[in-house]
Amino acid sequence: MAEFANLFHGFATVLAFQDVNVFGTTMYLPFNIFIMIVGIVLGVIIGVLPGLGGANGVAILLPLTFSMQPTSAVILLSCIYWGALFGGAITSILFNIPGEPWSVATTFDGYPMAQQGKAGEALTTAFTSSFVGAFFAVIMITLLAPMVAAFALRFGAAEKFAVYFLAFASFVGLSKEPPFKTLAAMLIGFALAAFGTDHMTGSLRLTYGSDYLLPGFDFLIAVIGLFGIGEIMLTMEEGLKFKGKEAKINLHVVLQTWKKLPQYWWTYLRSCIIGCWMGITPAGATPASFMSYGIAKRVSKNGKNFGNGEIEGVIAPETAAHAAGKSALLPMLALGVPGSPTAAVLLGGLLIWNLQPGPMLFVENKEFVWGLIASMYLGNIVGLIIVLTCVPMLAAILRIPFGIIAPIILMFCAVGAYTVRNSFFDVVMMLVFGILGYLFKKTNYPLAPLVLAMVLGDRAEEAFRQALVGSAGNMGIFFSNGLVSSIMALGFIALFWSVISAGISRVRGAKPEAA
Amino acid sequence: MFQLKRSSVFVAAAALGIALGAQTANAWEPEKTVEIVVPAGTGGGADQMARAIQGIVAKHNLMKQSMIVVNKAGGAGSEGFNDVKNSKGNPHKLIITLSNLFTTPLGTNQPFSYKDFTPVAMLALDEFVLWVNAEKPYKNVKEYIAAAIEATKKGSNFKMAGTGSRQEDQIITAAIEKATGAKFTYVPYRGGGEVAVQLVGNHADSTVNNPIEAVAHWRGGKLRPLCVFDSKTMPYNDKVAGDLPWSSIPTCKSQGLDVEYLMLRGFFMSPGATAEQVKYYVDLFQKVRQTPEWKDLMNNGAFNQSFMTGKEYVEWVAKEHQRHYNLMKEAGFLAN
Repeated sequence: MAEFANLFHGFATVLAFQDVNVFGTTMYLPFNIFIMIVGIVLGVIIGVLPGLGGANGVAILLPLTFSMQPTSAVILLSCIYWGALFGGAITSILFNIPGEPWSVATTFDGYPMAQQGKAGEALTTAFTSSFVGAFFAVIMITLLAPMVAAFALRFGAAEKFAVYFLAFASFVGLSKEPPFKTLAAMLIGFALAAFGTDHMTGSLRLTYGSDYLLPGFDFLIAVIGLFGIGEIMLTMEEGLKFKGKEAKINLHVVLQTWKKLPQYWWTYLRSCIIGCWMGITPAGATPASFMSYGIAKRVSKNGKNFGNGEIEGVIAPETAAHAAGKSALLPMLALGVPGSPTAAVLLGGLLIWNLQPGPMLFVENKEFVWGLIASMYLGNIVGLIIVLTCVPMLAAILRIPFGIIAPIILMFCAVGAYTVRNSFFDVVMMLVFGILGYLFKKTNYPLAPLVLAMVLGDRAEEAFRQALVGSAGNMGIFFSNGLVSSIMALGFIALFWSVISAGISRVRGAKPEAA
Repeated sequence: MFQLKRSSVFVAAAALGIALGAQTANAWEPEKTVEIVVPAGTGGGADQMARAIQGIVAKHNLMKQSMIVVNKAGGAGSEGFNDVKNSKGNPHKLIITLSNLFTTPLGTNQPFSYKDFTPVAMLALDEFVLWVNAEKPYKNVKEYIAAAIEATKKGSNFKMAGTGSRQEDQIITAAIEKATGAKFTYVPYRGGGEVAVQLVGNHADSTVNNPIEAVAHWRGGKLRPLCVFDSKTMPYNDKVAGDLPWSSIPTCKSQGLDVEYLMLRGFFMSPGATAEQVKYYVDLFQKVRQTPEWKDLMNNGAFNQSFMTGKEYVEWVAKEHQRHYNLMKEAGFLAN
């Protein structure tokens, strides 16, 4: 097993003591571990502030790392990323404001849990699940790197569309909401995703001559508005009642939650597999979290209680999102295709450090690659310890009366929306989305399909049109080989699942009569 | 020991004197943070270059004020160009260009043109190379063109994957079609890295990737370069893929494919900048070009290292605009 030898060499690189120049004095320190802790703490802070996000954080700090060794630099930047992933769950659970697209699904059950005074439990579950998902993905990367890279190469436009289709279809078919409400919400999301540039022809769409609409609607602004502002409006209507007061604030809650978690091993394993698969077929963390949530809702015996603060509803999306987030790094290293905006910035960094991502990176820059993989193992453990110790402190935030915390949240939301593009127009759009979110909730339309369609809509459209351009308009391209046909077939089964399962139970119910 | 210290104090004082002297020579200097607008997404060629310059300026202390990079990719870069155009008289805003300086206003009718900006300097030109999958039977341009024409006759699809729509990759494709009579099915993707991987996975038949976008796969033995769209071969003799250096790739013209295309990597300022302000940035970029990090970047990407400023640069840009107009008109890419 050459992989293990390489990995241990990687651990040695990360843990190595080296001469470090600290404020003019040379010290002998495990510099990479120090950098790792700094990165995780910075990342958590970045993840908590809505709008800043992992990609921006990494981009801002990238130039600072040029004077470092490439291995140290990538450890710093990737740890900021891991930290931001952990941090994204915090605001989702406490305030119903997802910091990143993949934390949206975490709000569905995480926020109700916090409302019931179980914020500590929800946070512990989210952090632990992130850790499990990420760890699973790293082990997979260690063992399967070359095979996985070869598999990813088989994904052309048609295959990519099939994966998106599966994500959309499983949402419609597996959700407990009336399918037409889900479809309606999804279609609004697709319409919103269509604004801006049409990447296939280069022409502008639905901009109405306005410069503000040129880039289309940014996902973050929509999410901050739909969830954060919408939630504040609902709470105001309910007379500023504050429900999070009873949050337990001691470290015991961590241990008590840990006792409960092992019984959900099957949810964990399933979510890990979904996550890794979606991460490698470059669909990414967002559809992974939604799909995993949707499937868990169907399969779990507590499925009916999903959305009301069910612990499995936090486990499933968090585990899958992190498994996908980590495994998405593999296509970047092995093929040079970034799986996420943050990965794209990291990719730019690699080139500046004179490292050429691609198949040869694993051969020529072994020390760097395995140092990075080793730092993923250690960074995860360090990250889990750091965020878990913060749980009581974070849960205590909920004890602050709503009248004080709401204006602060509102201010952070506005600042977050503004920073996305330094545009005041976006702050106004955030408020408009807030009203939309409020209306959706009042009329019991689900928000998640809208968000999913908005994030993946134009990617799916692009893949669909690329496939058709390549096949000269022949729809057969979506069933032209075993891989794409089986993904499409899975998608259709998911789409009509409620019809199929009703059919199955009718057949089963009818048989005894016939006999 | 004491002696040594004194002499180092003297050296420091002398250096300070030189620095002060240099300062008085430059009348204008940035008074606040300088913003580099990238009219494209993160991770692309222009973005990488802007971020590399940002890092070099910070590392070598080339500027007192800090420098930030802002991506404004909306509307095929219009967002960024409109932003700089509307910042008249703000000497702290620069924009790094791709070919979309020409293609976006021509293709979408966006209300800006190269004439709206104050030209600063051309830092380099990006090369384009014709790539095919290494498993394919065609080993040179002639066999490749023959295969494309054969496919056209049979009515099957010969796929060219490229970055963006009605932009440089598609313009080159249209030029190849015109030069050879072959017909390609052009499939647009978002970024060069993705395009190269589509070719490795055999989801396309050829690409015109920039060297830096495809080099990793060439080294991995997955792709084969056929020719470079420049008037002379790339002057880099270090071995890149096995025994082959960049200079081993012949020009397309020498192979009977008379198409030339290079992409501008240059800087412009917001409208209304003074000559003094332009001079400051020209000097800054001259210093950037002297650093080892810059040389590494040029080497890795096999860039054409032409450097131009002033009148020469303005004329080059005007000529290039006319050339894009002609190419896009022939290909039917102009907006009505």
